[in-house]
Amino acid sequence: MSRPVSYNLIKKPLETDISLADMPEGSMGEGFFATKLNTVIGLARKNSIWPLPFATSCCGIEFMATMGSHYDLARFGSERVGFSPRQCDLLMVMGTIAKKMGPVVKQVYLQMAEPRWVIAVGACASSGGIFDTYSVLQGIDQVVPVDVYVPGCPPRPEAIIDGVMRVQDLVGKESLRRRNGDRYKLLLESYGIQ
Amino acid sequence: MTLTNKHIKQRLTDKFPEQVSCFDEPYGMLTFEAPKELNLKVLNFLYDDEELKFRFMTDLCGVHYPDSKGKELAVVYHLHNLEDNIRIRFKVFTDINQPDIYTATGLFSAANWMERETYDFYGVNFVGHPKLKRILNVDEMDYFPMRKEFPLEDQTRIDKDDEMFGRG
Repeated sequence: MSRPVSYNLIKKPLETDISLADMPEGSMGEGFFATKLNTVIGLARKNSIWPLPFATSCCGIEFMATMGSHYDLARFGSERVGFSPRQCDLLMVMGTIAKKMGPVVKQVYLQMAEPRWVIAVGACASSGGIFDTYSVLQGIDQVVPVDVYVPGCPPRPEAIIDGVMRVQDLVGKESLRRRNGDRYKLLLESYGIQ
Repeated sequence: MTLTNKHIKQRLTDKFPEQVSCFDEPYGMLTFEAPKELNLKVLNFLYDDEELKFRFMTDLCGVHYPDSKGKELAVVYHLHNLEDNIRIRFKVFTDINQPDIYTATGLFSAANWMERETYDFYGVNFVGHPKLKRILNVDEMDYFPMRKEFPLEDQTRIDKDDEMFGRG
């Protein structure tokens, strides 16, 4: 049976012509606006995250749908998928990481410039998932520090977008001094990085 | 005259009267055993014989039988006669404490990677293999994971509650 072609029957008017990010807190007068450097940089960074997809299996297929026009990750300022770790801000690990692949993930992470964030998409990247076996890494947090975990097997594109939005939250609120702090150094040292 | 299992069995018992044994035909596929020292002699005979012509190796694998003492590890060769389209299965057994078996790489190039895989998972030492090192697992692995004494699950994991996985 053929399905009826659906048109945009319900007209939804645009709220504004161009969607803009909310203005940060600050004092404003005629011809000037004063706020903290932290918030401005956070605002700029969080709306221009360049993702680096590290897709090894089915979660990668969901990511392709997420990047496509229907779900459109570009709305969040992340349409520029870089395939060079040197240029990217967000490492998105999607899929089963075998133990043999672990050093590769770490190498890619090391090649990224600070500040860098990591998101583990799907059960396998987060915890090994159903592959509770000798050959599979039981979660990528054994080799690189992870900021956001997206559960699901595989997660739907909405879940991946939710994960990216949580990364945006972290990026926007991060203190500029965090990456120079002792706590961050200790975290990296616990992974054997510098 | 087409080649039959009966005829292959006859040729083998004529050539190796005392050595080849345990003939069986599960699902119509001729299966037999030989002592591990004779594996190359048998494979060569099957290859060179003008009637048998088993000149294609489809598979080579290992099996671990922890309960049969002195014959714990098996190496199974699957051979194919492409002209008559007949397949046979040939097994040799070895002691797990001294798992030395002559390599078949001289006869079949296909045996190279399959013997490496068998070494990787079962620790069978193929004597004379050109490059016997791990092929699928990480190089740092210090055991042979398909041997029965090693559990399937990753042993480094501490966050899984065994009760919830039916192995409490």
